[in-house]
Amino acid sequence: MTNTTRLGGIRRAVASALGLTARLGVPVLLLLLVAPELVAAQEEAMISSGDTAWMLMSTGLVLFMTAGLAFFYGGLVPSKNVLNTMMMSFIAFGFAGVLWAVVGYSLAFGSGGAFVGDFSMAFLSGVGSQPNGTIPDMLFMAFQGTFAIITAALISGAVVGRMKFGSYVTFISLWGLLIYAPVCHWVWGGGWLSEFGALDFAGGAVVHVNAGAAALAAALVLGTRADYGRRAMLPHNVPFVLLGAGILWFGWMGFNGGSALAADELAALGVVNTMLAPAATLVAWALLDLMFAKQITAVGAATGIVVGLVAVTPAAGFVSPMASIAIGAIAAFPSYFLIRWRVSTRLDDSLDVFAAHGVGGASGAILTGVFASVGAEGLLLGNPGQVWIQAVSILAVFAYSAIGSVIILKVIQAVAGLRPTEALELRGMDVISHGEEGYATGDGAILILDEELNGGSAASAA
Amino acid sequence: MKLVKVIIRPEKLSDVLKALYQADVKGLTVSRVQGHGGERESVETYRGTSVKMGLTQKIMIDIGVSEEFVDATVKAVIAAAQTGGVGDGKIFVFPVEAIYRIRTGEKDQAAVTPVVS
Repeated sequence: MTNTTRLGGIRRAVASALGLTARLGVPVLLLLLVAPELVAAQEEAMISSGDTAWMLMSTGLVLFMTAGLAFFYGGLVPSKNVLNTMMMSFIAFGFAGVLWAVVGYSLAFGSGGAFVGDFSMAFLSGVGSQPNGTIPDMLFMAFQGTFAIITAALISGAVVGRMKFGSYVTFISLWGLLIYAPVCHWVWGGGWLSEFGALDFAGGAVVHVNAGAAALAAALVLGTRADYGRRAMLPHNVPFVLLGAGILWFGWMGFNGGSALAADELAALGVVNTMLAPAATLVAWALLDLMFAKQITAVGAATGIVVGLVAVTPAAGFVSPMASIAIGAIAAFPSYFLIRWRVSTRLDDSLDVFAAHGVGGASGAILTGVFASVGAEGLLLGNPGQVWIQAVSILAVFAYSAIGSVIILKVIQAVAGLRPTEALELRGMDVISHGEEGYATGDGAILILDEELNGGSAASAA
Repeated sequence: MKLVKVIIRPEKLSDVLKALYQADVKGLTVSRVQGHGGERESVETYRGTSVKMGLTQKIMIDIGVSEEFVDATVKAVIAAAQTGGVGDGKIFVFPVEAIYRIRTGEKDQAAVTPVVS
């Protein structure tokens, strides 16, 4: 993505020239044959099979992260809410994915203005196999789409176990178009934050501060779960949590490595940093756990890994491997203490999305401004102004996302309501929202025959 | 001595336990059970197969108490577990022939008197 930002102008010009070629067809091709300087431009914009192979892989890796997130979140909730929680991630594949192709991509990456793109690429108009950089344009669209999907799904951790499913789907759909797409445009689509010089390699602000702010807003608007403070919410399946953290780490190689948009030294740096930073966070988290919880906990280890992944996201292609270790270790502290403190408050950000992603992303973005040394200069190389630019970008994204999310949620609340009744919430969201159980035994389940269902008997009344 | 057998909704367990502790009833056994008490059956669908869930998840609590604790136990459970909807559960009170505490071999009244710690 930094490539897009840095070389965006050239690439867009080349892409539009080639798009024109595709539309006008043979006559222009002939013209190209007799115009050597234009042929040179075409050669420069050739699709690279190596770059394309890596980006195809990365797209799959990032898509898989949302499944990992479903396991990470699903394991952390009581068994009565496991399907609802995992579905909040899985449904994003559908709604966020389709809306991205319909209009989200155009709003984020259409040329537009400083604030938002335009509708020029709505319904993927003109998004074909022509090169965007060195990869097919539609592959760039799909890669970016996987980011839109997981960012929407991240928010769900703040509202698990207490939000009407239809209202949730409406929320993430509107959020993806009204909040994610503009913020993505600010940083990666040629908007004002990229002009301003903010460094965000793979989405510290766009993805994590953005989702963290929306999560904080959603937790506040929804209020606490019915038995908050009276009954502890224990994870029902810690192995799921570890599995989810592992899948996230695996997928994050494509998230950060793929954000180089090429199979080059920048991608290698991204992957190396994505391996090392969470490792350092895990070590720091384990030591903090040892100090404060007296034992190294499994849920803590999984959380530490995620915080490290979040923190290295904005930095991955801008810092050296040793700096990424420092970033990972330092980022453990604010998130660790915020999570410990949050539990004693009335803020029911149930799975600590704000502490892990909002604060983790902000720490990473600031530290990127401190340690940047590859393709940019940070505080340690005598450029303190970068830290200020990073801080402004965090505050802008946070404010826009939090305020926008509150407005969207209040509108949905007025139209359809956000929460089920307390009695239903206590029964569990799986049965009331989906009519399924995560761990049904099948004991005493009576098969309903077709005629009984269609006949409007007791079954359909229920 | 009596054995009080209580069947309640799973989501009411914490409230009931808290009420029992407050009523000084401290010896009990909890089991996860499934049952049917006339509540409306919920319908679940798995890939086109619809089933009526004839059995509902419930919690059963067995409490051995001396005579003077029976009333307090029953009152605490009812106050904590009542929602007013069908399916709140039942309380059965049984006479008990003998109770032994395994650790000391104490019998009956002494066996159900909580250890003062």
